[in-house]
Amino acid sequence: MTPSAPSERPPDERQREERPDRVLPPVVDQDAADVERVWTEPRGFFGWFTHVNHKSIGRRYIITAFVFFGLAGILAALMRLQLSRADNSFLGPDLYNQIFTMHGTTMMFLFAVPVMEAIGIYVVPLMVGARNIAFPRLNAFSYWMYLFGGIFLFTMFLLNTGPDVGWFAYVPLAGPQYTPGKRADVWAQLITFTEVAALAVSVEIIVTVFKMRTPGMSLNRVPIFVWAQVVTAFMVIFAMPSIMIASTCLILDRLVGTHFYNQAEGGDPLLWQHLFWFFGHPEVYIIFIPATGMVSTIVTTFSKRHMFGYLAVALSLVTTAFMGFGLWVHHMFATGLPQLGANFFTGASIIIAIPTGIQIFCWIATMWGGRVWVRAPMLWALGFFGVFIIGGLTGVFLAAVPLDWQLHDTFFVVAHFHYVLIGGAVFPLFGAIYYWYPKITGRLMSERLASVHFWLFFIGFNMTFFPMHKLGLDGMPRRVYTYPPETGWSTLNMVASTGALLMFVAVAIFVYNAIASLSAGEEAGDNPWDAGTLEWATSSPPPNCNFLYPPTVAGREPLWDNPPDQPVVVGLRTDVRDVLVTHVLDATPDHRVEFPEPSVWPFLTALATTGLFIGSIFTPWGVVYGAIPLFLTLAGWFWPKRLGETGTQTWPIVARTLPKAGEAPGEAA
Amino acid sequence: MTRRSAPALDVSHLAPGAFGHRSLLWWGTMGMILIEGTAFGLMIAAYFYLRLRNDTWPPNVPPPDLKWGTLNLIVLLVSAVPNELAKKAAERIDLGAVRLWLVVCLVFGVGFNVIRAFEFSTLNCLWSTNAYGSVVWMLLGLHTVHIATDVLDTGVLTALIFTGPIEEKRFVDVSENAMYWYFVVLTWIPIYAVIYIAPRLT
Repeated sequence: MTPSAPSERPPDERQREERPDRVLPPVVDQDAADVERVWTEPRGFFGWFTHVNHKSIGRRYIITAFVFFGLAGILAALMRLQLSRADNSFLGPDLYNQIFTMHGTTMMFLFAVPVMEAIGIYVVPLMVGARNIAFPRLNAFSYWMYLFGGIFLFTMFLLNTGPDVGWFAYVPLAGPQYTPGKRADVWAQLITFTEVAALAVSVEIIVTVFKMRTPGMSLNRVPIFVWAQVVTAFMVIFAMPSIMIASTCLILDRLVGTHFYNQAEGGDPLLWQHLFWFFGHPEVYIIFIPATGMVSTIVTTFSKRHMFGYLAVALSLVTTAFMGFGLWVHHMFATGLPQLGANFFTGASIIIAIPTGIQIFCWIATMWGGRVWVRAPMLWALGFFGVFIIGGLTGVFLAAVPLDWQLHDTFFVVAHFHYVLIGGAVFPLFGAIYYWYPKITGRLMSERLASVHFWLFFIGFNMTFFPMHKLGLDGMPRRVYTYPPETGWSTLNMVASTGALLMFVAVAIFVYNAIASLSAGEEAGDNPWDAGTLEWATSSPPPNCNFLYPPTVAGREPLWDNPPDQPVVVGLRTDVRDVLVTHVLDATPDHRVEFPEPSVWPFLTALATTGLFIGSIFTPWGVVYGAIPLFLTLAGWFWPKRLGETGTQTWPIVARTLPKAGEAPGEAA
Repeated sequence: MTRRSAPALDVSHLAPGAFGHRSLLWWGTMGMILIEGTAFGLMIAAYFYLRLRNDTWPPNVPPPDLKWGTLNLIVLLVSAVPNELAKKAAERIDLGAVRLWLVVCLVFGVGFNVIRAFEFSTLNCLWSTNAYGSVVWMLLGLHTVHIATDVLDTGVLTALIFTGPIEEKRFVDVSENAMYWYFVVLTWIPIYAVIYIAPRLT
């Protein structure tokens, strides 16, 4: 586990992998044809619903997430229009409430978390040299749940039943007494959709990274981006159940008369806040940690140098994840908690700046010793440093109870979390899109438009959110639809709204660039950035099987560190979707496993689940009736499609091929 | 992609699957267990949080009757035996024994779901009585969802193992199904303690 630093040594001194000296059989072209045929996904309209390839699902996930980003951005623009001057009557209070709730809910649950996982779905299997993500059908199911949840939310919004209780849906406001009707139920059920999707992806990512890394990729050679994705996946696993419990209790309070949050019957509204923020604070890191992984990747590639302090950065990610679960009460300082508790959470909130600081210094050190090449991805990484550090600093302010009491529920908090979330996640994300776009599409995006996008967005972002610090200090409250002119807030609000317009134009340019470059972009080739990780070891876009012969690795940046005669993996079957499984720690080969074919069942199961979720809003019997199609579709999913045609041998089994439990690894009987 | 001259790491001799923690399925099941275990843990935390907020516990209702819950504890713990035998049979690739023990498991599964219905009827409160009633019903309901889905899941697997044709890798499924069964059994111990013992401790 002790990581050496292979990069700093000349190639001839590198520790060579022990490798067999056999040479590839002369059947490469035949192999290529067979393997591609086996891994190809069905075409046509109906085929589209059966895809299970991580690249196909990943692309859909990314595009869908950006559509929701656009929709939530339009909602934000409407809010800025309303707030641009005092006593404005463009939006009424009821619609304004729906819009800010929809904006926050969409950005958090339908954009920020899914888009980070989406990039993981596409990139992680490639980065670890795998042919697909683990549990590919679950991956497809996850996408459909996410999509249906989003469609459900926006349909209800268009029917004037959009949630209007804030993205955090505090009780008692969100409870049955103060929000009759279906609006809060829609919010609670949307949460269930997105959490199911996110939890499924987390399990896939963990299993892919633990068990499907290509030989040679021991844990101390796992790319930082992959570390970030795994750490995030674990955070999702421990955080998301909390919001599922919370929102289920909320919907039960609203629909069947339970009293979890009802003070009059022994419940407690603060239970909601505890459960919500036990999820909600880790959520911030669930969004931020993958983004730091993107920054590490981009900084490494564009500094042409191995990451400085690899071990420190990996441990910082893990530390941040652990500490992220010990901060939630700092969202609740204004609820009158005991002083001692508040002190503890203030301390924890300030301490978490340390692992983030370590990462920032490691990035600076990496750039310091390297030759920095500024292209679009690096521009966004550099922008991230400036913007995120401001957001981090105001975060340290807000961790102090007296300041928090003063600034709670003001625009200062809005400024803070937009600096953290846009600066900390959207800036790296744009960088990541410019970085991996050529891998996904085979073409580069226009650098000129990318610069325009960056500078417009950077200026617009600071114009929008920097004045909000001052507005908050002046006492302008959040979540109010207008303000009287005598407050003197009009000028800064106008500046903020103008900035929002610039951001809007910037994103429009980005979208144009992404669409136009599909056909007009420069051909990228396999590795346009001369990067070191495995996704660049295959063609752009990658073939259906990712790698005809999965590469093995001899360093953290295999394309920089591998000696020219580094072996590739051969001997996987070419007639079924055969995948190599390796050991958790050192990624030595263990066994092979056959991956599932395309299937429509994940789609049907997601439809059935959607029926159950939506039905349950209208009647508790929806759960009972909805369970029947759900069971049938799940049974259909697990029932083997082509019994005995492929895979392991069928009964009667003459000679056992599966090793006995506990038998030496890698040996067939 | 076609690197004819590269040396090769041949993996064709490797087994087409494996049992236990070497298999992907084991890790996937563990992921599910982590998620659901966290949910159970948080629900138990919510129970004690609400208990702190109430002067008397249980408020104005008698604690649940011990009889059915305790019986179910015994039945669930005993069901670990056929479950282990099914797992061992699967790892031996012994079709006859797998069929036998899966059916025994199913009988146990149906049994503890039936007893669960009696448990609900002797909780001595409704979910709408007060916050105590809500959290007790939620805890028991959450566990019931797990034993019900596990029985349905085992039912599908049993049907598959009888109708065939049977692939060798199906035995890995049986083995991993047993892991999940253990999870459902083991989580009942703390939940039983919370629902039935905690209200009796003052």
